[in-house]
Amino acid sequence: MNMRHRHNSAIRCALSFLALFFCAAAAAAPVSSTNIFAPASTPARTIVGLSHFVIAVTAVIFAVVASLLVYSVVKFRARATDAGREPAQVYGSTQIELAWTVIPVLIIIVLFLATARIIHAIQDAPKPAAALDVTVIGHQFWWEFRYPKLGIVTANELHIPVSDPAHPTPTFLKLLSADTDHSFWVPELGGKTDLIPNRVNEMWLDPERPGIYLGQCAQYCGTQHGKMLLRVSVDRPADFAAWVSAQQQAAVQDPKVLAGKHVFETTSCINCHSISGTAANGRFGPDLAHLMSRSTLASGAAENTPANLRLWIQNPDAIKPGSLMPAMKLSDGDLDAVTAYLETLR
Amino acid sequence: MSTNVSAIETPQSAAPAWTETLHEWVTTVDHKRLGILYILYGLGFLVMAGIEALIIRIQLMHAHSSFVSPQVFNRMFTMHGTTMIFFVVMPILFGFANYLVPLMIGARDMAFPRLNAFSFWLTALGGLLLYFSFLGGNGLYGAGNAPDVGWWAYAPLGAKAFSPGHSTGYWTIALLVSGFGSVGTAINIIATVLCMRCPGMHLGRMPLLAWLNFVMSGMVLIAITPLTAAQMMLLVDRYLGGHFFDTQAGGSATLWMHFFWIFGHPEVYILVIPAFAFMSEIIPVFSRKPIFGYPVMVGATVGIGFISMSVWAHHMFTVGMNSYANSFFAITTMAVGVPTGIKIFNWLGTMWGGRIQFKTPMLFSIGFLFQFLIAGLTGIIQSSVPVDWQLSLSYFVVAHFHYVIVGGILFAVFAAFYYWYPKFTGRMFSERLGKWHFWLFVIGFHMTFDVMHVPGILGMPRRIYTYEPRPGWETLNLIVTIGAFIQAAAILLFVYNLVVSYWKGAKAGNDPWDAWTLEWSVSSPPPAYNFATIPVVASRRPLWDQKHPEDPDSRYE
Amino acid sequence: MSALTIPITQAPRAWDLPDRGKVAMAALIIAEAAIFTIFVVAYLFYIGKSLTGPTPREVLETPVFYTICLLSSSVTVHMAGSFLKRGKQAAFLQLWLLTFVLGGLFLFGTGQEWHRLIYEKGLTISTNLFGTTYYSLVGLHAFHVTAGLIMLLIVLIFGLAGRVGRDQAGRVEVLSLYWHFVDAVWVVVFTVVYIVGR
Ligand code: HEA
Ligand code: HEA
Ligand code: HEC
Ligand code: CUA
Ligand SMILES: [Cu+2]
Repeated sequence: MNMRHRHNSAIRCALSFLALFFCAAAAAAPVSSTNIFAPASTPARTIVGLSHFVIAVTAVIFAVVASLLVYSVVKFRARATDAGREPAQVYGSTQIELAWTVIPVLIIIVLFLATARIIHAIQDAPKPAAALDVTVIGHQFWWEFRYPKLGIVTANELHIPVSDPAHPTPTFLKLLSADTDHSFWVPELGGKTDLIPNRVNEMWLDPERPGIYLGQCAQYCGTQHGKMLLRVSVDRPADFAAWVSAQQQAAVQDPKVLAGKHVFETTSCINCHSISGTAANGRFGPDLAHLMSRSTLASGAAENTPANLRLWIQNPDAIKPGSLMPAMKLSDGDLDAVTAYLETLR
Repeated sequence: MSTNVSAIETPQSAAPAWTETLHEWVTTVDHKRLGILYILYGLGFLVMAGIEALIIRIQLMHAHSSFVSPQVFNRMFTMHGTTMIFFVVMPILFGFANYLVPLMIGARDMAFPRLNAFSFWLTALGGLLLYFSFLGGNGLYGAGNAPDVGWWAYAPLGAKAFSPGHSTGYWTIALLVSGFGSVGTAINIIATVLCMRCPGMHLGRMPLLAWLNFVMSGMVLIAITPLTAAQMMLLVDRYLGGHFFDTQAGGSATLWMHFFWIFGHPEVYILVIPAFAFMSEIIPVFSRKPIFGYPVMVGATVGIGFISMSVWAHHMFTVGMNSYANSFFAITTMAVGVPTGIKIFNWLGTMWGGRIQFKTPMLFSIGFLFQFLIAGLTGIIQSSVPVDWQLSLSYFVVAHFHYVIVGGILFAVFAAFYYWYPKFTGRMFSERLGKWHFWLFVIGFHMTFDVMHVPGILGMPRRIYTYEPRPGWETLNLIVTIGAFIQAAAILLFVYNLVVSYWKGAKAGNDPWDAWTLEWSVSSPPPAYNFATIPVVASRRPLWDQKHPEDPDSRYE
Repeated sequence: MSALTIPITQAPRAWDLPDRGKVAMAALIIAEAAIFTIFVVAYLFYIGKSLTGPTPREVLETPVFYTICLLSSSVTVHMAGSFLKRGKQAAFLQLWLLTFVLGGLFLFGTGQEWHRLIYEKGLTISTNLFGTTYYSLVGLHAFHVTAGLIMLLIVLIFGLAGRVGRDQAGRVEVLSLYWHFVDAVWVVVFTVVYIVGR
């Protein structure tokens, strides 16, 4: 499946020399967390293989044609000794025309076959029984994740298990949208696929290593498209199981913050948010039942600290201007109480 | 040659009052004046859209920037993209076509001079409507705003529910109106080319510029109109409560994408084919050889026209088409590389064995060849679907298309400006400033758009108003921004050169480049009626025949 | 002045170029056809996708009579043109008038159907996807019929004033090309809306 095996050393040589332009990426920033040339999942890795091949082919074409261009510019420049005479007038040549038609045709056939193979390998991959299903719903401007078989609803930070090649547990994502078009893109794990209202799309990931993988919404979806960030936490099987069982618990009911809970339940918060075990069952905003299990707020717009949380509830525009959560105009006391309450939702 | 020129030069009379001049220009139906109006109009909008680009670049210079708000940023890239495509490049190219096609085929005007004027004013109205949205988009009380839906206005973002107010309405109507203008001009060019050629100029002898604009006009007929239709549907949705693209009522978002790109992809070839046309006239003259493989050049252009009608969904590789559709659009997209390659090779073949003179127009042409090659190849990289799943919607794509449009089309347009400036004005531009412009623009261009590929590879999506400080992003974006300002400086130099040379430039005479097509046989600027006597031609290079009676082209064709 | 004329190296053959009116009309028709294609595609794509009623089957009635009117007007406009070419002005005027009446009847038919749909069946452009696509497609066609009728009327008025003679045959022919196109589009619209769409 992996295209890298095709390279011979000559192409590699040309590649490293000429494709410097494209690959400067990898060189400039080896630690990048969103570099498409740092794959950590089969789809991404396969694509890198294909990219190397396509870049190599185009680099060779570039080298040949650019050399011809440079050569003719240098060789055939007008000189003082020409004395205004005209060069031989040549009108064309059928053989040559034929040659530079046929060769490109052959090249694109090769490129196409390589491409079609990878399209098939990624798009038509069978779904193993052990696969995890997640439904991803794009909202202006945050992500909703639902695990239908596990009964979990969360937001903005996707947790999936590492997939051991011996016993693959890939994650199959079902992509939907609640409003405008969005696109799910975590470069290290795979290419992007759009989330389109009235339509069901699919993609899959099988991460090789645990860690945090960053990405963000790639399809322009409105004002705050720029801060619709995405975080995927790839967990070891045990960690994943622990996370799942924590998420399956009902929201914490801490008697110490009843005041805050009361404010929450009597404000319009409940129209847009849900917290299990309370009156809140809105779906317009993220589920908050386990808010504290997330390390960021509002789709990665800010770190999840008490100060930021308070600021967010006070005035979301201060963090994410144009987000669809209104400033709730709570009194300072209510604000503190609600923040304290939300702080308990582990 | 130039001894008889005075015979047809318009007699010098006292300068008319400026109101009279203005009236003459506004009511003109002369193809040359309309051509110049188109071009000046396009240049004006180039500055507008360029300033918008600079605002984008300042905002992206570093992470967490707050130079403009997200709303303003989104309006800026929408207006920048829309303006550049519809109100900069299209008018400038139509302007050149208007000016040159009748002259090159030995005609006294376009087939329908009044339709020509009407089309220009429609286009002009379109641009004004688009910019009026800054005032009227929200109604005057809302202080107004420009559309912020991106230049594709993907459904349902363009629907009333997500774009309230009238700004998207202005956008829609602007494109609708200027689309009618484009179709009018295309009909005119087609009728001119088919019905107005001077005796002896059968289709096989027509200058390539006329041929390519003819093909381009044919594409306008069937490619601009889908946009027109889609915009009508959007208007029905927005103002009559229709549901074409209303996803809540069962409408389809992908249908809009298909309609948009059925227009959008051929559109980019509509833009590039006239640029090819400039190359096909300029490269031969400065290589002192006829174009290599004339019939093949014509065939390849027609081929590009046809193939490019079936590639649109390569802009939609991420929307979840099935693997067969993806493969189909991959192969058709790659196939465009073949006729395009043929053209590149034929230009190289023209230079090969010639005596290349590095005048400013030729410098820009060589820049075009080099950059268009790279841009085409990054296009091929994107046409490999899985690779595009990574690159699509990222700055790599932005780099690809600016490479084609700026590195290709804009370079070709600059070449055309320098090449035909003497004909338009009767004056030579400053060659020294021209070279400065070239080198400065080359530096600025490469700084901006070479570097821009890399953030895309590093995972930076397009259309984001700000970003987190990820490794590499900040440095790269800073370099890109500096490059953009160097481009701006170069363009200022260009405008300065155009303006100053108009008064200070040396007299050009009929034929400063020792060229071969009919426009160089008349005075500069040409008289209102172009040709006192309609010429009769016997080959593709009538002036070559005239200058080399011992060895005329007609012998070989 | 002579230096500006390119020397005639060989006597040009007879120099016949196509008529620019016809070329332009052909180009316009191509452009219009593309617009209609997009509307037709949208119509076909949305068949059966409405979330609410009414459906085409419930409310549409096939306008056979008016279709015959429109299609036969293609014949009359053609005959009118050939009479004009032969200089038979009176016959031309009669057939031209007939064409206008037939086209007008068709438009009346469309109006009647819309009236029925709106006031009896409650189908408007905003009711559902069917309404949106139906009124847009049929309306776009009706708009073209109206434009054609206006042009027919202008010729008719000039004709009655005795100003349309044999020398105008070329222009009249260009106009009838447009009218044929409008008819041909109806064939497609009719098939799509009343046959495929039900
Ligand atoms: C004038 C403009 C222009 C031109 C000419 C092209 C030319 C090409 N473009 Fe580009 N493109 C755009 C303007 C243009 N493009 C724009 C504006 C967008 C983005 C719009 C947006 O999203 O806002 C875009 C986006 C775009 C995409 C979508 C990316 C994405 O959004 O995911 C793709 C994908 O396939 C693509 C491919 C190509 C290809 C294959 C060509 C080919 O035509 C190139 C052919 C040329 C060559 C290949 C080089 C010369 C050939 C040879 C030397 C012969 C040998 C070569 C081979 C055998 C391969 N383009
Ligand atoms: C013809 C097409 C064209 C041209 C020529 C350009 C030219 C440029 N473009 Fe543009 N661009 C598009 C078409 C074009 N663009 C399109 C279609 C999009 C997509 C929009 C979308 O996503 O919807 C886009 C998007 C786009 C983006 C991405 C925005 C985003 O995704 O967030 C960027 C970012 O850098 C950019 C930059 C530039 C720059 C720096 C130039 C430079 O080359 C411009 C250089 C010119 C000037 C700078 C003008 C000179 C002006 C002066 C000299 C005046 C100075 C005077 C005063 C200060 C008074 N463009
Ligand atoms: C009109 C709907 C609405 C109301 C009312 C509302 N919110 Fe929100 N809320 C949202 C939306 C939408 C988001 C996601 C914003 C984004 O990321 O762009 C959000 C995000 C949040 C977040 C961050 C969640 C996360 O996972 O990052 C918190 C915390 C929050 N809201 C708390 C509250 C509180 C407390 C109240 C009441 C005082 C409230 N919200 C009222 C719509 C609402
Ligand atoms: Cu969601 Cu962009
Ligand atoms: Cu394209």
